[in-house]
Amino acid sequence: MLVIKDLHASIDGKEILKGINLTVNAGEVHAIMGPNGSGKSSLASVLAGRENYEVTGGEVWLDGKNVLDMKPEERAREGVFLAFQYPVEIPGVSNINFLKTALGEIRQHHGLPPLSAKEFLAMTREKQKLVEFDAKLANRSLNEGFSGGEKKRNEVFQLAMLQPKLSILDETDSGLDIDALRIVSNGVNKLRSKDNAFVLITHYQRLLDYIVPDVVHVLYNGRIVRSGTKELALELEDKGYDWLKEELRVSESIQ
Amino acid sequence: MYLCAMDNDSDILEQLAEREYEYGFVTDIDMEIVPAGLNEDTVRFVSEKKNEPEWLLEWRMKGYQSFLKQEMPHWQNFEMPEMDFQKISYYAAPKKQAKYSSLDEVDPELLRTFEKLGIPVNEQKHLAGVAVDIVFDSVSVTTTYKKQLEELGIIFCSISEAVQNHPDLVKKYLGTVVPPSDNIFASLNTAVFTDGSFVYIPKGVRCPMELSTYFRINAENTGQFERTLIIADEGSYVSYLEGCTAPMRDENQLHAAVVELIAMKDAEIKYSTVQNWYPGDKDGKGGIYNFVTKRGACRGERSKISWTQVETGSAITWKYPSVLLLGEGSEGEFYSVAVTNKKQIADTGTKIHHLGANTKSRIISKGISAGEGQNSYRGLVQIGPKANNARNFTQCDSLLIGNNCGAHTFPYIESKNNTAMLEHEATTSKIGEDQVFYLNQRGIDQEKAIALIVNGYAKEVLNQLPMEFAVEAQKLLSLTLEGSVG
Repeated sequence: MLVIKDLHASIDGKEILKGINLTVNAGEVHAIMGPNGSGKSSLASVLAGRENYEVTGGEVWLDGKNVLDMKPEERAREGVFLAFQYPVEIPGVSNINFLKTALGEIRQHHGLPPLSAKEFLAMTREKQKLVEFDAKLANRSLNEGFSGGEKKRNEVFQLAMLQPKLSILDETDSGLDIDALRIVSNGVNKLRSKDNAFVLITHYQRLLDYIVPDVVHVLYNGRIVRSGTKELALELEDKGYDWLKEELRVSESIQ
Repeated sequence: MYLCAMDNDSDILEQLAEREYEYGFVTDIDMEIVPAGLNEDTVRFVSEKKNEPEWLLEWRMKGYQSFLKQEMPHWQNFEMPEMDFQKISYYAAPKKQAKYSSLDEVDPELLRTFEKLGIPVNEQKHLAGVAVDIVFDSVSVTTTYKKQLEELGIIFCSISEAVQNHPDLVKKYLGTVVPPSDNIFASLNTAVFTDGSFVYIPKGVRCPMELSTYFRINAENTGQFERTLIIADEGSYVSYLEGCTAPMRDENQLHAAVVELIAMKDAEIKYSTVQNWYPGDKDGKGGIYNFVTKRGACRGERSKISWTQVETGSAITWKYPSVLLLGEGSEGEFYSVAVTNKKQIADTGTKIHHLGANTKSRIISKGISAGEGQNSYRGLVQIGPKANNARNFTQCDSLLIGNNCGAHTFPYIESKNNTAMLEHEATTSKIGEDQVFYLNQRGIDQEKAIALIVNGYAKEVLNQLPMEFAVEAQKLLSLTLEGSVG
């Protein structure tokens, strides 16, 4: 589904991604871990098309379509969804109205008519239930006055509503208490299917106890330096990143 | 601008920024236009054209005399443009005018114009429940639903007709809220006003439909000086809406209207404006100078006047819809959204004079600046010595889009009574790149994202508009701001 080849990107002239290679197939969940400043969130931003990043090399394909040629909204309509680390507040814009607009745009892109008010409402109810999202929050202004946890849960609710192919969760677990973490994880698990894929960006192994990944990658200094199974995450949890950094330094000096 | 557009974006944005004003066409119609110039004869000419009684001509002359004595205002937050009052024509009317007893008699070209503007002239095809009066250059063209309103004793007609048919009412109230000497533009209006609307709601009557006036400047080198007078007698209610457009011309045209509202005991007037005069082109050439005096008097106990304005047009907007709270327990409200894009200037706000006891007022102002637009909120809340327990709440917010625009606020408070309670809140914010990106990431393009954010920001004010017009106003806001983010 997602193929990233030798992706380089920089911000303000500073190279952040230094040749990322990653393939995510439909039905898979990949976790990307790594120390602070390794480029995890930058990768998410570049995939979503944030404009202050400059892609200096490489390719990104989504089901055979060139993602880097698309504007952010086109990527979204093609099925790239980013659950933001820090979702913004937009006062006065109702959550529901916003979702209706977004869903309408995505459906239109795929040649589908907008849902009727009744259909939309039914869908809203169903998804709210699925991801345990409070109906009161759904009717409020977009993220306005939401707690950190509520904002994250709203991201998962939006994910459920928009049904993207590829969902990138950028530290969705950070700042969540254990109950919220469980609710968010349950939501994601229910939304997993053979047709979609998830990329989880996280600091902590904790999230992976709830959402079990197929592959775990370690991003360090703008590159994926190691990939493995869930056990890799456990190893990192156990030993931290320093052993990995040390190992890399050794191998680089040999080369 | 601070949002860095992608390369393929900038073309589209440029096109949008240069998008033409939708209502900028000129109607080719046989007009009677007097030569430019202003003197006593001009005033006499207008008065004669309108077949006015002697007292009205005298009153106009008072206005003319004080016009001669007055200076241009100098306190506003922009440089007052040169205005040559001798170069303006003070009377322009479609030739086939006079009175139309039915729509069939109206020049079809004129009807087509209103169709193009989306104004419901034809009563059958009409938005449900809105009566419309239409002022084309200097004269009122048609008033719809007149009969139905008459049955309730409601008078809704052009002010020229009111002078003929209800002279006592006009004489009793005209100029009692905005006197002939109020300010130079009001004096000018007094001298040469040509038409406008007149509304009288009798005691205890709740007007069953929205009353609406549509103003259109068409002729070249003319000014539009309309005068509107609304009287809500005891216990009555009326909601009134005005809209306006003008053709695109390279010369600036002056619009100097006066609106007077009078609310008696327990009466309520809700006055809404959607102002979309031609704003000038992207270089600031042309556009309407909108210098307007609007004031309401809450004369009776528990009366209420509420101004709502959505100001998106005009090269310069200079207006401060005000309320005099005379009656005990009376209430004044001012809800405003003012947008300046390109090189537009708006200096707008309100004055609320608390004179009676237990009077209340509420001011919600939302300024939006984009392009090189300059937007100033100017407000005065005055509490008189007898206004015990007066209360005011003011909120003025400014939203900036881009780096080349400006937002300014000038709130004044004068209190002569220590029982007054005054609250003031103000914010200035910028449409965040993050907000736009967030919406982009959900499949919403840049233009729609801005429209969503701006409408959300202005929601509190837009909610005050009658339903049909709220939708129109939302669209207008989006159109005005199209291409403002690049």
